[in-house]
Amino acid sequence: MNPVLQVADLRKSFGGIAAVDGVSFQVDEGEILGIIGPNGSGKSTLFNCVLGQLTPSSGEVRVDGRRTTGMRPCDLNRLGVSRTFQLLQVFPQLSVRDNLILAGQEHQGSMVSRLFGRADAGLGEGADRMLDFFRLSHFAAQPAGSLSYGQQKLLDAAMAFMAGPRLVLLDEPAGGVNLTMLSHLRERLQAYHAERKATFVVIEHQMEFVMALCTRVLVLAEGRIIAEGAPAAVRRNPVVIEAYLGH
Amino acid sequence: MTRLGAVVIGVALALALAAPFFLKPFGIYLLSMWAVLTIAAMGLNLTLGYAGQVSLAQGAFVGIGAYTVALLTQGGVPFALAFIAAGLLCFIVGWMLGYPALRVSHHYLAFVTLAFTTLVFLVLRNEQWLTGGIYGINGIMRPVLFGWSTGKALHFYFFSLGVLVVLALAIWWMLRSPWGRAFVALRENPIRAASVGLDTRRYTLMAFAVGSSLGGLSGALYAPLVQFIEPGSFAINMSFSLLLMVIVGGSGYFFGPFVGALVAVLLPEWMRIAEGYYLIVYAALVMVMMAFCPTGILGLVDRLAKAAMPNGRSAPAIGAERTAP
Repeated sequence: MNPVLQVADLRKSFGGIAAVDGVSFQVDEGEILGIIGPNGSGKSTLFNCVLGQLTPSSGEVRVDGRRTTGMRPCDLNRLGVSRTFQLLQVFPQLSVRDNLILAGQEHQGSMVSRLFGRADAGLGEGADRMLDFFRLSHFAAQPAGSLSYGQQKLLDAAMAFMAGPRLVLLDEPAGGVNLTMLSHLRERLQAYHAERKATFVVIEHQMEFVMALCTRVLVLAEGRIIAEGAPAAVRRNPVVIEAYLGH
Repeated sequence: MTRLGAVVIGVALALALAAPFFLKPFGIYLLSMWAVLTIAAMGLNLTLGYAGQVSLAQGAFVGIGAYTVALLTQGGVPFALAFIAAGLLCFIVGWMLGYPALRVSHHYLAFVTLAFTTLVFLVLRNEQWLTGGIYGINGIMRPVLFGWSTGKALHFYFFSLGVLVVLALAIWWMLRSPWGRAFVALRENPIRAASVGLDTRRYTLMAFAVGSSLGGLSGALYAPLVQFIEPGSFAINMSFSLLLMVIVGGSGYFFGPFVGALVAVLLPEWMRIAEGYYLIVYAALVMVMMAFCPTGILGLVDRLAKAAMPNGRSAPAIGAERTAP
């Protein structure tokens, strides 16, 4: 097994407060790693450091063995790392289909060749397949902003997969999604994972979702990893229960 | 594009071709001014309406283009070359002006571009050895193209209209390519755009550069149209009035600048029946319009067309393409 993502002794401080305080882990190819932890435990900061949205204070991030610390988000994405967002992040005025094409077009050719190439950058069929896969075909021509919250979450996930990424970081994909939509989302993520052998890292609060989806779980509290293991074992771990309920 | 849209564009083009035959020279001059300023407004619509970068510098680029063409043609350079030089120079300067936009946005960016406009005005006024200072440049000749003189008002109008159509087609092409989608993404959510691999830095600079070069090309026609240019024409007033055209027409709508420029060029003239008060009436109309229809005239058309289609499908309004802010 090759590690797809390696994080070594990562730290990020804001003023005097260490939001991420020396975190190290690695994710192997094909794994679905869950990261859980109470609010303010540093999960999102960790994600943002890995994804280049924030520059870590110290430590190192490697993707496929290549050092990516401090790389710009757009360059990282073109290396095959994509993400979804905790809060809704689609392009509301673009159609659902255009949202998907946009999510793949920067991986096609160069800026100049895109100007003179096809309007859909050759991604029309791929977008239609993805719409079909996430059962959003019915809304293809509608502005993304007109979809319901749950549907936008699905679209957000579909966008993350559009360029055929090696590694996908999902930031609370289940947040605010109703149960029917949630099981649909989980089932789609599992289907994609099985089909493409992609590697996922998932931040999530919704325990059932994590238990059903993830192969391994890390628990973060106050910027540090306090437990790690199979989902069922982590759930019974007294240290974890303490961290969630202790305050 | 819908069938209705194509019909509306066809009728508008036929009107634009026929109108000068029913007008006196001053009317033709106004129509030419409309065609010339539409080019600049189209550029600003790209930078502001599509890519979401506020700019109060478009008038300065019209000035740079106008002075480039005036100086070069008076130095013996053929008009066609001077025209291209004006576009290229403004592309480069526009690219450089884009750098502040990588650090600041919204009203802060407005101030940066406002300062640039003042800077250009001061250079045009003070560098007398080059620009003639406050006396400006006189007697700018209208070009002769392949033996066809554009000296007459009617001929120059058709020339300007032709350039406008060609440039509009080029911009249409660019906006329907993946670039158009990328510009809108930049406007709507730059962080999300970067996360799907979009090089926001490069697209921001490109939006500024292309928008500014259209300002320059507009200026390259403005100089031979008015035949006398002076620094005051390109001070902040012109940038504001180009901004007004984009907003009144409908920012982010492809045909917004066409409508906006028509309103901004013709309406004050029609208002002359109000005599001394015509600019006051005009200003009041703009205020009322902004209060009740902030998305501009095409935004209003879009809204009415959508209301007329109860199933909420996308409306066939002209130029109401997906991108209204």
